[in-house]
Amino acid sequence: MSKTSRTSITMPSSANKGAIIEIRAIAQHDMESGFRYTESGKLIPRDIIQVFTCSYNNVEIFKADFFSGIGANPLVIFTTIATETGTLEFKWAGDNGYEAINQARITVS
Amino acid sequence: MNINYPPKMQRRDWLKRIQKLGFIALGSWFSPSLVFAKQEDADEAIKKITGGAAIKDGRVTLVIPPLVENGNLVVLNVRVDSPMTADNYVKAIHVVAEGNPYPNIFAAYFTPRSGTANLTTRVRLADSQRVWAIAQMSDGSFWRGSAETLVTLSACTEMV
Repeated sequence: MSKTSRTSITMPSSANKGAIIEIRAIAQHDMESGFRYTESGKLIPRDIIQVFTCSYNNVEIFKADFFSGIGANPLVIFTTIATETGTLEFKWAGDNGYEAINQARITVS
Repeated sequence: MNINYPPKMQRRDWLKRIQKLGFIALGSWFSPSLVFAKQEDADEAIKKITGGAAIKDGRVTLVIPPLVENGNLVVLNVRVDSPMTADNYVKAIHVVAEGNPYPNIFAAYFTPRSGTANLTTRVRLADSQRVWAIAQMSDGSFWRGSAETLVTLSACTEMV
């Protein structure tokens, strides 16, 4: 069974055409690095989000690969140009079948 | 050179002193910093990113706090000076830490539609170290910037 968790997107709901908008995307995830040990000395296996993608009306505009060095509850703040009214889809995928999808609408005038 | 030894300093005392020095040397060998990836690992990771191509200094600004209390969540901002037009933009930014057990922290891929090559995220730092940001431009050139930080509480070493 695939895992998922809460995610949240913060971005303007409307923008002028051609404006650069800031998008904040956060996912609830422990991002277990795979370098930590339990008290009994057992290595905790890695469990992280590996890929984050953002597509704007089904065109991929941003992608990020995460490694163990990303902190828990990964937050990414990036920008894009508001080109047209539509939907932005955000997707996180990672170890142990983790997958989360979130969407946000934007009206461009 | 003529050094005035204390009169009672005998061969035995010297041996003892040398032995102590030996223990100090051994101690540094087992220090935790050696458990983490060292510069060579980071260099190798960078080489893998660039494929051996030359990297020029500049255009990349990496901002991390110079003093970090807790290495588990460090706000990192990286931006690259680029017009971000269809024929001149930043393709990717790779962030590599010299002192982490796994040197690569993240890779971000931009498009001309990004508007700016500016990214903020939160990273883990295992040690006081230098962090590198390598940017790949659309023309294939590589640029780099770095920031140094002091970490008082390291990430990854705590028990659960």
